[in-house]
Order: sequence, then C-alpha cells, then structure tokens
Amino acid sequence: MNRFSYHRADTIDDAVRALAADPAAKIIAGGTNLVDLMKYDVEKPSTLIDVTRIEALKGISETEDGGLRIGALVPNTTVAYDERVASRYPLLASAILAGATPQLRNAATTGGNLNQRTRCYYFNDVATPCNKREPGSGCSAIGGLNRIHAILGASEHCIATHPSDMCVGLAALGADVHVVGPDGERVIPFADYHRLPRDAPQRDNTLRLGEIVVSIVLPPDAASHGVHHSYLKLRDRLSYAFALVSVATALTMEGGTISSARIALGGVAHKPWRRQEAETALAGRAADEHSFAVAADLLLDGAQGHEHNAFKVELARRAVIRALGQAAAGTPQSQTDKRIA
Amino acid sequence: MSVHRDLPARAIVGTQTVTIAIALNGERRSLKVSPATTLLDLLRHDLALTGTKKGCDHGQCGACTVIIDGQRINSCLQLAVMQDGKAITTIEGLSPDGALHPLQAAFIERDAFQCGYCTPGQICSGVALIAEGRATSREEIREHMSGNICRCGAYPNIVDAIEDVLVQRGQLMKETVE
Amino acid sequence: MLKNDTHIGSPRSRVDGPAKVTGKATYAAEFATPDLAHAYIVGSSVARGKITGIDVAAAGAVPGVIKIFTHENRPRTAWLSFRHKTIVGPPGRPFRPLYSDEIQYSGQPIVLVVAESFDVARHAASLVKVAYEQHPHETDLGRARSDSYEPPRRRLGIAPPPKPRGDAAKAYDEAAVRVSAEYTIATEHHNPMEPHATTVIWEGGGKLTVHDKTQGVQSSQAYVARVFGLSSDDVRVISPYVGGGFGSGLRPQHQLFLAVMASLALERSVRLELTRQQMFSHVHRPETINVLSLGADQDGKLTSIQHHALAATSRFEDHQEVVVNWSGLLYPAENVDLRYELAKLDTASPGDMRAPGAPLGVFALESAMDELAIAAGIDPIELRLRNYAERDENDDKPFTSKALRACYSEGAERFGWSRRDPKPGSMREGRELIGWGMASGVWDANMMKTSARAVLGADGKLAISCATSDIGTGTYTILTQIAADALGLAMDDVTVALGDSSLPTSPVQGGSWTAASAGSAVMAACQSLRETLVKHAGKIDGSPLVGAGIDDVAFAGGRIMMRLDASRSLSLADAVAAAGGSVEAEESAGPGLLGLMLPKSHSSYTHAAVFAEVRIDQDLGVLRVTRIVSAVAAGRILNPKTARSQIIGGVVWGIGMALHEETLTDHRLGRIMNHSFAEYHVPANADIHDIEVIFVEEHDDKTSPIGVKGLGEIGIVGTAAAIANAVHHATGNRIRSLPITIDKILADAV
Repeated sequence: MNRFSYHRADTIDDAVRALAADPAAKIIAGGTNLVDLMKYDVEKPSTLIDVTRIEALKGISETEDGGLRIGALVPNTTVAYDERVASRYPLLASAILAGATPQLRNAATTGGNLNQRTRCYYFNDVATPCNKREPGSGCSAIGGLNRIHAILGASEHCIATHPSDMCVGLAALGADVHVVGPDGERVIPFADYHRLPRDAPQRDNTLRLGEIVVSIVLPPDAASHGVHHSYLKLRDRLSYAFALVSVATALTMEGGTISSARIALGGVAHKPWRRQEAETALAGRAADEHSFAVAADLLLDGAQGHEHNAFKVELARRAVIRALGQAAAGTPQSQTDKRIA
Repeated sequence: MSVHRDLPARAIVGTQTVTIAIALNGERRSLKVSPATTLLDLLRHDLALTGTKKGCDHGQCGACTVIIDGQRINSCLQLAVMQDGKAITTIEGLSPDGALHPLQAAFIERDAFQCGYCTPGQICSGVALIAEGRATSREEIREHMSGNICRCGAYPNIVDAIEDVLVQRGQLMKETVE
Repeated sequence: MLKNDTHIGSPRSRVDGPAKVTGKATYAAEFATPDLAHAYIVGSSVARGKITGIDVAAAGAVPGVIKIFTHENRPRTAWLSFRHKTIVGPPGRPFRPLYSDEIQYSGQPIVLVVAESFDVARHAASLVKVAYEQHPHETDLGRARSDSYEPPRRRLGIAPPPKPRGDAAKAYDEAAVRVSAEYTIATEHHNPMEPHATTVIWEGGGKLTVHDKTQGVQSSQAYVARVFGLSSDDVRVISPYVGGGFGSGLRPQHQLFLAVMASLALERSVRLELTRQQMFSHVHRPETINVLSLGADQDGKLTSIQHHALAATSRFEDHQEVVVNWSGLLYPAENVDLRYELAKLDTASPGDMRAPGAPLGVFALESAMDELAIAAGIDPIELRLRNYAERDENDDKPFTSKALRACYSEGAERFGWSRRDPKPGSMREGRELIGWGMASGVWDANMMKTSARAVLGADGKLAISCATSDIGTGTYTILTQIAADALGLAMDDVTVALGDSSLPTSPVQGGSWTAASAGSAVMAACQSLRETLVKHAGKIDGSPLVGAGIDDVAFAGGRIMMRLDASRSLSLADAVAAAGGSVEAEESAGPGLLGLMLPKSHSSYTHAAVFAEVRIDQDLGVLRVTRIVSAVAAGRILNPKTARSQIIGGVVWGIGMALHEETLTDHRLGRIMNHSFAEYHVPANADIHDIEVIFVEEHDDKTSPIGVKGLGEIGIVGTAAAIANAVHHATGNRIRSLPITIDKILADAV
C-alpha cells in the first residue's frame, strides 16, 4: 500500500474541491474495493478523501414524484433491507443480496458499488500487462485466462467485466445517478454511467474530473415492477462469488401478456448490459418460452466468446429465459434457497 | 456505547500519524495511527489483540470479522484512521467477565471448529447474525454465514451451533430431520 | 472387571476449545516481542531466467526500512542443497531462497524487505525494481507430457507402483466388457486459513525461539540448525496452535528460512507472514492425468487393470505420491499394470496435500468402476462386492483389518441406495435432475515412532507432553482422553503440551498417523507411570495394595484399587507421595527402529464408502451437493465428536475438489493468476448441506497398540468420484476432469 495523504471532507463541496485539485486523489467510503486494490498496488492514490462524515450523502428519502433517493453513503445492507426498497424495488434488494457477503454489504456503500473495479485476474496482478491498469501495456486476458470475461461490448483493448450485482439491478430499474462536480450537479442516466472499454479501458465510467456520486434516484415507474421480477445469478460456488452471468429482469403484466419489460445482464460486459430491442420485443407478447427466447437472442445479439468463456453465451441465453419465466410467474429467485425455481 | 468525538485534523499528509478515539470492547481508547494502517493491523500489531485473524487481508475470507457499531465488518478493509468515534467489539470482547458468550459455548459443544483460525471471525459473524434476526432456517444461516470461509470444513457444525443459539433465543424453531 | 475407558470412545469437546473460541489461542504470526521487525517478500514476476538487476534505492529510502536482502547480499549461510533437505522432501535440489540470480518459477521470493512496521515493509517492497533476462519456460502439463519419465530416484516412504502382474494389455483386449478413459485433476493449493508465517524471537547469545507455521516443530528446528549451522540447543521452535496444515506445513517453507536469515543477520526479532497471494508461491497438489483401462468378464469380474498416471513436478525436484497403487489394491485382477510418471514444469515444487495421491488415483479408478458398472449392467455396489479384495495383492499380504463391506452396506442403507433407479436422468424434481453416485475410499493406516512424557504431580494433576502438533485434528483432546483413562482421572486433571521442539520426539503431523502414534506413546508413558505408582504404593506401610502387581489393580476416580476388591484402594496422591512427590515417565511407541515405516507382515488401510446426492438444474447446469453419506472403517474411534469432524472436513475437501478448486496458470506468462480467495474457490458455507458420517465397527489389533488407524485423510478419498458418478447419474454425462464447473456440465448438456 503506497503512502498517501488523508483528507477528511466535511461537505460535498469540500470533497469536490479536494478531488478536483488532484487527479490522483481518490474518494474512500466503505473501502471494500479500494483498500483491497491498494494492497495489490493496483490503486495508488496520492490522497484519500474520506467522505463518510458528510451528512448530505446519507439516508434514503422519497422524491417528490414518488421515486426514492438513496444517498451515496447508504450501505448495501441498509438499502437491501429498507422497507420501501424491499416493497417497491424488490429487484434491487434481491440483486444486492446476491452479491458479496453480509460483512461486505455492511461496509460497501451505494456510491462505492457503482465504482468498484473489475475482477479480471490481470487487472489485479501488477506483474502482468493490463490496459485498464496501465494504458498501452496490452490486454493479457485476450489469449489468456478469460473464462470470467466479457462476451458483449468488449474491445481489442479490454475484455473485462463490471463485477457488481447491485448495478445490474439499478440498470434494469433505470435509475439516475446524481453527481456533483466543480461545475455543479448533473444527472447521469444509469445506462450512461458505466461505459464500454473501447480504446480507453482505464475509464470505467463517465464521471468527470472532480465529480463524486451523491445519490441514486430510483424512478417512480420502476415501482410498478414489484411483483414480476427476478435476479438470477450464476456463479462458480453457491455464495460469495462473482457472477459468471446474472440477469435482472422486471416485467409489467396484464394477465398472461407482457406489457413492458426490463432486462439487464451482469458478468458479461464492461457495464450492465441492456438493449432496448430485446425489451421492446417482449411488449405485448405472451409470457412464454418462445417470447423469452426471442428477447434473449436480441439481448445477446453479437455476443462473442473467447477461448475459455464461449459457454457464457449459451448460459446467458438460458439464464435470461429462466429469469423471465420466474418474473412472469411472480416467483423471483430466492438468494438463500439455492434451488433455481 | 457512544464515544466522545475527538476529531483529528481533517487533513494529514503522508506518513503523519493521527489520533483517533474508539470504544474498543467497551473501553475508551485514544490511539495514534498512520493512515495506511488497517483496523486489522491496528488490532493485531499495535494492540496485541490477535484474536482477530488475518486470513486473506482482502475481504475474501471473513477471518478478520469484527463488530463495528453493531455491524459485522471485515476489519482488513477498514482503515484505522476512519474508525474515529466508533464502538468496536472483537472476539476478546465477547466474554469480558470470563463467561463464554452462548455462541462461544455452542461452538465448543458442536465442535464447530478444528484448527481454530477462522473461529473468532465465525463467532463474531454469528453473533451479529443472531442480532440481525434475519436468519430463520438452516438454509438462511448457511447463506448468511457464507462470508466466513472455513478451510477445515466445519460448516455443518457451525450451522448447528448458530441454530442452537437461535433456538435458545426463540428466533428459530428447530428443524426436524425426517 | 473395572474398565477404565471412561473418556476413550466417548464424544468429548475439544480441550483447546475455550482458547480457540475466545481468541486466546496464539498462532505463529501472533507472538510478540519488543523491537520486532517486520519482513515482506518480493516475488519474481517471470517464470524462468536470471535476475540482471535489482534496484532497491527507492525502497531503501523509505523511512523505517532496516535492510533489504537479495541474492547479492544474502548472509553466507546455507550453501549446500542437502542441508535444506528434510525427511519428507523428495529427491532433487530443494529450493533455496535468495540463493542465486536464477529464477525457477513465477512468484519465487527474490527480495526480502525488513522494516520497523508491516506497513512500511509492504510499501517499500512495492518500490523494489527487478530486471530479468527471461528464458523459455513451460508450465503446461499437456505440453510437458511428451517429456514424461519414471522418477529415477524414489521418494522415501512412497511406495513405487508394484511390478506388473500377468499381461494387462492382452487381457484388456480379450475382455468382454471394457472401459478406458483419461481422468484429470487440476492443480490445487492448500490454502490453510492461517497463512504461512514465522516469528523469530532473537533471544541474545545466539539463541532463537522460533514460532513457525509447521506440522513438525522438530523438523523446523533441525532444518534451521542444519542450514544456519546452529546447535539445535540454540533453536527452539514453539507452535502450540497451527491454523490448518493439510500438508502445507510438512516441509519447512521459505518464510522460515527468510525470517531466520534476517533475524540472524540483524540480530533482532523478525516476523514474516505470507500474504494470501504469496500462499500460491510454494507447495501445491500437482495436476495429475490418469489413463485408466478396465477389462472384465460378463459378470463384472475384473480381468485387467491398467492405470497410468502422469503428475506434474518442478524442474528441480521429483515430488512423488502414491496415485496408481490403489487400483491394484482395491480390486483383485489377474492382470495389472500400474505406472506412475512425472513431467517437469517451471513451478514451485508440488507437495503433499490431504491424502496425497489417493483422491487423484481413486477419482479415476472409481469413476471407471462406475463406467464399468454401467457397461456391464451391474449395480455399482454389487460390482465392487464382486471384486472385493480379501488380500493386498500389490504386496501379497493380508490386511490387518478391512471392514469395507460394512461400509458399503451401512452406507447404502443410510443413504437409501436401494431406492435408486439406475437409469441416468430418471430421477428428477421439477427442473432439477437428481443424481445418486457412490465410490470407495482408501488410505494408509500407519504408525510412526513417537515419544511422550507423563508427569503426575503431588496435586494429582497429570501433565502430558509430546512434540507433535495439533493442526486442528483434535490431538490435544484425544491425548487427554487417553491419559485420563490410563490413570483414572477426570479430563480436567490432565494437561497436554504439544508443538514445542523441546518436548519428547515426534515425527511431523501428517499421514493420518498422529492418533495412532502419539496416542500409543502417551499410553506407553502412562503405563510406565502406573507401574511405578503400583510399585511404590505396595511399599507403603500397611498399604491396602501390598503385594499387588500392575495387573491386579485398576485406576479410577483418582485412586488405585484392587480389581477384585475395590474396597482395597489407595489415593493416587498417597502413591505419588510414596514415590517422592512426583512421578515421571517418558516412553516411545513405534513399529520399528528409527520410526520409519518398515515392512510389516500385514497391510493396513482405512476404507470408506461415500454416497453422494447431487441436484442439477437441467437448463443452467447449476449443481448442488445436497447429501453425502460417508461410511468409514478406521479401527477404533477415540472420540466420535472430533472424529466426525475430521471426516466432515475431508468430505468438504472432496466437494471442493469435485466442484471448485482449480489453480489457474497463464502458460504464456508461466504465472498463477487466480491467487486469491476470491478467485480460487474453496467451498463456502452455502455449498455444504447434509453430511452424515458413519463409523463402522472395525477391530484392528495390528496397526497400533491402541487399535487406531487414523482419520485425517480418508474423508476426502472417494468423495470427488462419488460426486462425479452422481453427476453422471443425474445427467447421463460423464465428466472426467475436475473440477466439475458449470461450463463442463453445460458443454455436455443434452
């Protein structure tokens, strides 16, 4: 772990000022990913800006239009078990509980979850080339060990995936990310928050210099998906493992017909993967395996495997179909009963 | 318990140390720490509280689990400097008067450990699980205890021990097998 | 007759339990001393080549750095490779840390930074810059396979494959029913929860106290003395608690050398604790490829067994295990051909890992037996019964005992095997396919020469001591039980001290031999105490035991009494007083001279029958092991509670081997890439469901004086095969490479 200065910020402005002043500074809150990476020398911040005392980043509150605002500092556990979240956005609660462990969820924050970095083996080992860690050094995962890597939206520079479960849920719900920077506050639609690697895989998201996440706002209309939803996560052991593939889906139904659908995939791309075509294709269709398969194929259109992860394409397809089935039936996947209904 | 907030300087540079105040196992402590010191290393190296274990130092095993303000937390990922004002309970704080916590006793009775290295983390995690009150079946205990790896493979006995205490406390009806 | 077995055979809680549940048990990196320096290792980032330069300027400039050791400034110790050898090491040249500029594997320790604090040492280590001249390397067993060889020098204590019997190839060609396939097991790392660590306390005057994570304190002591040219009187190794071993602590690991080297050079106390990432820089279970062919007649009677295994080893040592011999041992056949070869890779040397060799070879054998059962249309248990070995045909000897039949029957009964529909894919519940599989397990039963001391004080308290370790196996507890019963005491009146090199001699804790060996030594020491006490008791004026011999008395309730007249008795305290205030005895027990395994008139093995239920989602390939029954025959069970835990632990390891564990190496870089607990998966709590353990009755009076055969390893052997067989039963797909991950299940999905 490198030597760094420690700055305890009192206010959002204070944090933004400190961050804008030093491109090598980092925000710390839960620490669950940053401290981990600092011990691997993957992250070597000049300064850590501790935002955990900033009251304005805490708490969950109603928005005027019936949505829910979750402060960036709210721990994952608090979000998952919040009554309003559990009743109105159960997909989000389920996605959170599918990830990590009680200990990590207690420490990890909402804002930090958005900014967690990939689990790519090479990114995490400074002895190896990695474009995300060291731009221009090359991507070791291409032609290397890539069983856990991306099948969608990857580039010749990087095939890493985003590791979050919570973000897959947020992507499906269509949340907004509220950020504050030197130029004031702006709102980033969730789909635009994370980015594909293209030729700059070192950038995970679209935050500008000096910007910090202050809250996530869940839209009111997502609340209509309270019954027909599911978060289905497939991984190498039954708990405490990152997703090979995960699916977050929420439907509105009229009888046996789907009115509207939201589907996001985790573990398959540099960001939670959503495609409008797949969701549109389900609108007005019967909730049956055929419809689900059509949507899955649209969602996965262009998916490409590498030497070790080609299986993910078919696995993701089947997972989408199953998760849609669970959602349509109103029997979301349990995160404790490991049997897949 | 709450701790008097004796806030340190807001900004410190490089290797400077800073003074923090914490309630550690019920005792108020004022400590000088370097910003690069984790809570785990503070406990193990500086305070000789070696009951909290270092199994991976990356939040991947749970051996370092302690209870901070009532929440179970991986102490290896927490910077000591950020603990100012917090109440921290380690394994050493679970039986302050020498009498074992019911879960400690249950671990012995159910043989819920072998080498003992993950055990303090398992117990701190289990104590928090009981307080959380969310696990109401063996299946839920298993999932809620999956943040604590046991390489000796004592899992079934760990679940038995936690189940015993939940039953004692009326939080769980004993599942009958067959 | 008064029977003394109050504690032996009864479920007793661990005597080290209170220390472990309160955090008071102290492990190697937890011993503290003022002025302790902290060391941190820099590992090589290339697999093979030479170090051309090490720039330590930036690291050395960090305030608090005391010294940076490299091969260029290493103290002049440890020249000769033979000095690094230990009894459990294989033939070859043991790895010597910081010995030269040569890089032998990726992750090899090449620099040691010593600083005033752990933070500083770790930070400074990150600033060390190393330049290499890279040479071509090979870490891919598939490619190295073409250069395989029979190890020219055998490893001590590892039986080579037996000579071929009959003509196995011909018999195979002529067999009515045949199966032949290749079975592979991935490289695995031990990953005990406690990382390897050594704290060296510089005592002054050239004396060291060393707290080492080891499975043998006297082995570490001898190594340090030999390598650094010290008198063994000046080196004391104390490791009362070991946070898991599983074989990783059998040989001294490099942190011991480096910590002692730094301590001697700096003349101060030093601690070196490996990171989890660095736990992938030494011992591991070698990747192993089995080619197994079975031929049988129409009734399933085996006529030909061919088992050829290829295991990875390092460039510099020939690590060897018993992989193929089990195939000639478990089932008799007229024609048997077993071969074991190695191939060299540019990696650290492999080493023993829980039941070394056995779960690898037995996975192949027991998978093949399942395939044969299907090919011959015979129930898998029935097939095994038709081929039941009554003798050890490898060595042509009878068994000391073998209750494997009872394992099959009692395990099958408990599991409900008779309700199994043999047709693959025939059992299901909703979208889940249910599979039931079984396999046999077998492991060595051994006893090694071990000494123990027993001291009974005037206060009636008995102190037992022995240098062996308790790596979580329950040794403290069973020795307490044995000693308490021997002298008729409560367990609270007995203390057991272990893990200190100054205590009576013991081999490393491994091979499942500790209970039999240390247990017998404690029994012998206590027997000697009894004799002394009876002798002195008889000499007391007016003694109720006058004229009594050792066979005439019993020890119970803190008294010595006549067996035939319990009213004639004397308190232990009086007997001790008569003997001068305290009584002491030190005795050894062992199968022969030197404590080595000598040829015996009988073969001795533990056995198991493992039954597994898996449930597999038919579309998604998600697999759950919902039930395991392990029926074990292992002689006398000293403590059913800790014994059950040993088997459960072994079964969990078997589940990990079957489903999770796999060390991934990037062969282009020659580097292990999943070197963390996040990416190297071992089972988590959610992966483990019901595990039922049955100990079948087995009387064995030849393996050890106390009837014990050992339990540390049998639980893993056969478990992975039972699961793989259950996977086949569920899906109809045979997966012959471990671990069985979701992609392998899907690849074969119908």
